[in-house]
Amino acid sequence: MESIEFQKPETVDEAVKLLQGADGNAKILAGGTDLLVQLRAHMIDPSVIVDIKSIDETRELNKNADGSYTIGAAVAGAEAHERGDITADWPGVIEAWDLIGSTQIQGRASLGGNLCNASPAGDSVPAMVAAGMTANIAGPDGRRTLPVEEVTAGPGKTNLKKGEFIVSFNLPAKPSNGGDAYLRLIPRTEMDIAVVGCGVALTLDDSGTVTSAKVSLGAVAATVLVVEDAAKAIIGSKLEPEAMSALDAACQAACKPIDDKRGTVEYRTKVAGVLARRAVSIAAERAGKN
Amino acid sequence: MSSDNRKYKWVGTRQIRPDGHDKVTGRAKFGSDFSLSGMIHGRVLRSPHAHAIIKSIDTSKAEALPGVKAVITSKDFQEQPAELKAAGEGMINYRDMTRNVMAREKALYDGHAVAAVAASTVEVAEAALELISVDYEVLPHVIDVDEAMKEGAPILHEEMVPSGMEVNGPTNIAKFVEFNLGDTKKGFEEAEVVIERSYKTEAVHQGYIEPHAVVASVAEDGQAQIWCCTQGQFQVRAFVAQLLGMPASSIRVTPSEIGGGFGGKTVVYLEPLATLLSKKAGKPVKMIMTREEVFRASGPTSGGSMTYKIGATKAGKITAVEATIKLLAGAFAGAPAGPACMCAVAPYDIKNVYVNGYDVVVNRPKVAAYRAPGAPISAFGAESIIDELAKELGIDPLELRKLNAAKKGTQAAYGPTFREIGYEETVDIAMKHDHYSAPLGPNQGRGVASGFWFNIGGESSATVNINEDGTAVVISGNPDIGGSRASLALMAAEELGIDYDKVRPIIGDTASIGYNFLTGGSRVTFATGLAVVEAAKDAVRQLCERAAKIWEVDAEGVIWENGHAKPASTNVGDFEPLSLANLAAQAPKTGGPICGHNAQNVQGAGPGFATHICDVEVDPETGSVSILRYTAIQDVGRAIHPSYVEGQIQGGAAQGIGWALNEEYIYNSKGQLDNPGFLDYRIPVASDLPMIDAVMVEVPNDRHPYGVRGVGEVPIVPPMAAVANAIENATGVRMSALPMSPPRLLAALDQADIKEAAE
Ligand SMILES: Cc1cc2nc3c(=O)[nH]c(=O)nc-3n(C[C@H](O)[C@H](O)[C@H](O)COP(=O)(O)OP(=O)(O)OC[C@H]3O[C@@H](n4cnc5c(N)ncnc54)[C@H](O)[C@@H]3O)c2cc1C
Repeated sequence: MESIEFQKPETVDEAVKLLQGADGNAKILAGGTDLLVQLRAHMIDPSVIVDIKSIDETRELNKNADGSYTIGAAVAGAEAHERGDITADWPGVIEAWDLIGSTQIQGRASLGGNLCNASPAGDSVPAMVAAGMTANIAGPDGRRTLPVEEVTAGPGKTNLKKGEFIVSFNLPAKPSNGGDAYLRLIPRTEMDIAVVGCGVALTLDDSGTVTSAKVSLGAVAATVLVVEDAAKAIIGSKLEPEAMSALDAACQAACKPIDDKRGTVEYRTKVAGVLARRAVSIAAERAGKN
Repeated sequence: MSSDNRKYKWVGTRQIRPDGHDKVTGRAKFGSDFSLSGMIHGRVLRSPHAHAIIKSIDTSKAEALPGVKAVITSKDFQEQPAELKAAGEGMINYRDMTRNVMAREKALYDGHAVAAVAASTVEVAEAALELISVDYEVLPHVIDVDEAMKEGAPILHEEMVPSGMEVNGPTNIAKFVEFNLGDTKKGFEEAEVVIERSYKTEAVHQGYIEPHAVVASVAEDGQAQIWCCTQGQFQVRAFVAQLLGMPASSIRVTPSEIGGGFGGKTVVYLEPLATLLSKKAGKPVKMIMTREEVFRASGPTSGGSMTYKIGATKAGKITAVEATIKLLAGAFAGAPAGPACMCAVAPYDIKNVYVNGYDVVVNRPKVAAYRAPGAPISAFGAESIIDELAKELGIDPLELRKLNAAKKGTQAAYGPTFREIGYEETVDIAMKHDHYSAPLGPNQGRGVASGFWFNIGGESSATVNINEDGTAVVISGNPDIGGSRASLALMAAEELGIDYDKVRPIIGDTASIGYNFLTGGSRVTFATGLAVVEAAKDAVRQLCERAAKIWEVDAEGVIWENGHAKPASTNVGDFEPLSLANLAAQAPKTGGPICGHNAQNVQGAGPGFATHICDVEVDPETGSVSILRYTAIQDVGRAIHPSYVEGQIQGGAAQGIGWALNEEYIYNSKGQLDNPGFLDYRIPVASDLPMIDAVMVEVPNDRHPYGVRGVGEVPIVPPMAAVANAIENATGVRMSALPMSPPRLLAALDQADIKEAAE
């Protein structure tokens, strides 16, 4: 029943000050599609809400000279989707982001929110990780950069320090002969939480041999996983059945899921391997088409 | 003479529903939309324990909180006798009801109400709940029906004596029922093939979108008004009157528009609490359940555990069926064991049938009605085993059903002999439907299943008032869940001979219209419809009398045709026909207002039958099932408003598909519900379903002037088995337990692979 202070800073510094000032009980508001739900369900009880959407940097969406992208942490899914260029370069990232919620939610849901909500099942996260995205963080000690996979610390927990927040993300330039993909399994076709999610980015040479790969799994451990053995299993291969089985096995071996209302340990583990195979095939097909 | 040959002007046409504009513009008032000045807000404290003795409740701190106007516990409710009284859907035990709305000696499920507070705001009321301290002694609990029947299971009601059987000592079995036709021993001797199987279904919630909501206002003179979202305002009145010891005449209940009920709003939860809080506080009290409360504390339908045994000749004649159906009732007796048993094999002409059923209490919310209560559960078993029988015999599953189809004159296992029914027609149409012969791709399969539901009639009252400008108002007393106002208006327009848009159907409160049994049992268009037809005929009779008066002839000499009074023959005289509008305008001079009325206990409901065809594709690596195509064929008697009949068929099929694939209550080890929301209680979303093709067969009910049969319930009976049979057809794996969710199906597919590899 305590009142909540609402702040809408226009600069990064102001935001940092507000976050620092609020005796640990400040919450950042981006799209609010997690935050407002949690507020109404009495899961959180913040004293200050800091809306970051008036800070230009958080709303930026730019293709840089080197072909990489800067994506503001509070940009909504629909805004990114409407631009054809990111979709053409990184269809997997956009697909993953696009899977978040319905049309209404898409008008709000941000990558910063999806990542910092720190649900192990956040859909955009494995795709961001596979694509090699990094987070630009501002805080009392200035700026720093972290690979996306290093931002979360566990369910509902991040490695951001007091006063820190994500301002934007860097999405690397698309490598030539590169392709990416994201797949998730949900019991329904919409409005559900991933039981398993898998993001893959890879490159091929002209002969169709995989030259580099990154495989990431969501919802099968406390935080998003980078499965190096899975990448190793396919690098140097032409995705022959043996390589695909090794990929499947590596993903299954990496899973440390929980049994819960959304899926059993056995189920999540098995499906992680299945989705990895399927996502790799899609990414390779995309890479081959370039 | 048969009414079927008449040509109708309005009946059978697709008009815009009278409530349509308000619903699409957001103007319609649902339960939580109602407010009064000076109104305060009520919230309920709910047990976090599945089973616990309530040793004491201390409300003093809550009462002292500024803004709190009233606090109630079970102490504020009078004790009720443990006898069954006819009210609501079936027999009501008010001793149980008062304990369900407010826990007394024990909390019997997670979410069971233990106290309620009314305060100036919702926030204050919620803060007050946290100040109430309840001293619980937690007891072992039981959630599963088979576990609850085992010796040594935690007992919910030490004093409960089961009906229909004898047991030594306390039990969770509330009731045993059995139905016997012929001699199954003989029947199995005649059989050349006998199959025996077990099946299980989960309890599922009705999933109505609108949570329960009420505003109650008790005045200083004891007169109470209740506005709520309900399927039966007269039942709310009866229940509140009994629970609070008030005369029915002092309670006026007005139903709101209703955002779904499916049987789940035939009972009371908040209404007695809000009324009592209002009485204590002296102010109107509003209460709205959260979605979490709806899941934790309002009634799902039963989960079931069944065994079936079926015998047949090689030619496909079913010679005997035996079944045992155990249903969980939730915390208080009342699982639909009887209907489940009666409906089990009702579509078939089988000479030897023995079915028994158990009503078993467990630590879950008390079940409430849900579309064809009981029938979908027993049909899942029956229609699955019939599919297995068809496979075993090498007979097409529809052919097997046709070979055994019940027809006019067939004696059903539960007693009656069928009159005009359309079951065989649904099978014939299914066999000829292009869906049934469409090609299937890899990992795809097709399943069929049939279903039966009785439908009911019941007490119905209606008034048709002729307005001075030649329009009419139809007043009935059943909340409109499925488009019934449109159907009632169509029948009234047909009888009166005026345009549909000149007829305004409204739903009266309990003080404005005679008693109506609730909206349930697919009865409204049939039974209340019959009362409307008779009330319109009554108005027509009066209109003819007025014409006779004007013409100065005998009333018998006047007939009604196309909205006009006419001389019955030239012998009567040569008069210009008088229109309804003309007669209405002259009413003050010819005898005053013209009001048709009818009230009766309607009999003669025509049973409903359906046959569904379902195509699925199974992802063999994830266990995900996609519904590719779905055709639902149903005998609808006569579709008064075809769009709403199709809507009922599609909605029932959609809910059945959810029941089949994903819906389940997930309880943790403490018996607390782990998925009390639509995120993890997975009803289908629009993208989960194809357009469901509703095929209406019209075999009129000979006991209704327009041939109406109830249509709202039977469409939920076949889907679970249709989906299971389709999955079996696609994968070779028989799923005998619901839901057939991806993890469960994948585990079954893997199990089958291991078995195959071993062989
Ligand atoms: C109906 C519905 C469906 C949904 N479906 C999906 C789905 O399919 N898949 C899925 O993954 N999610 C889903 N979600 C969850 C949610 O929409 C996503 O997680 C979304 O990306 C959150 O973004 P947001 O901008 O709305 O975050 P907010 O709600 O604004 O913030 C989420 C959390 O992150 C913190 N935060 C936000 N931005 C920053 C930042 N820049 N720096 C540091 N901390 C920050 C906030 O303080 C808060 O704790 C759904 C939600 C709803 C309501």
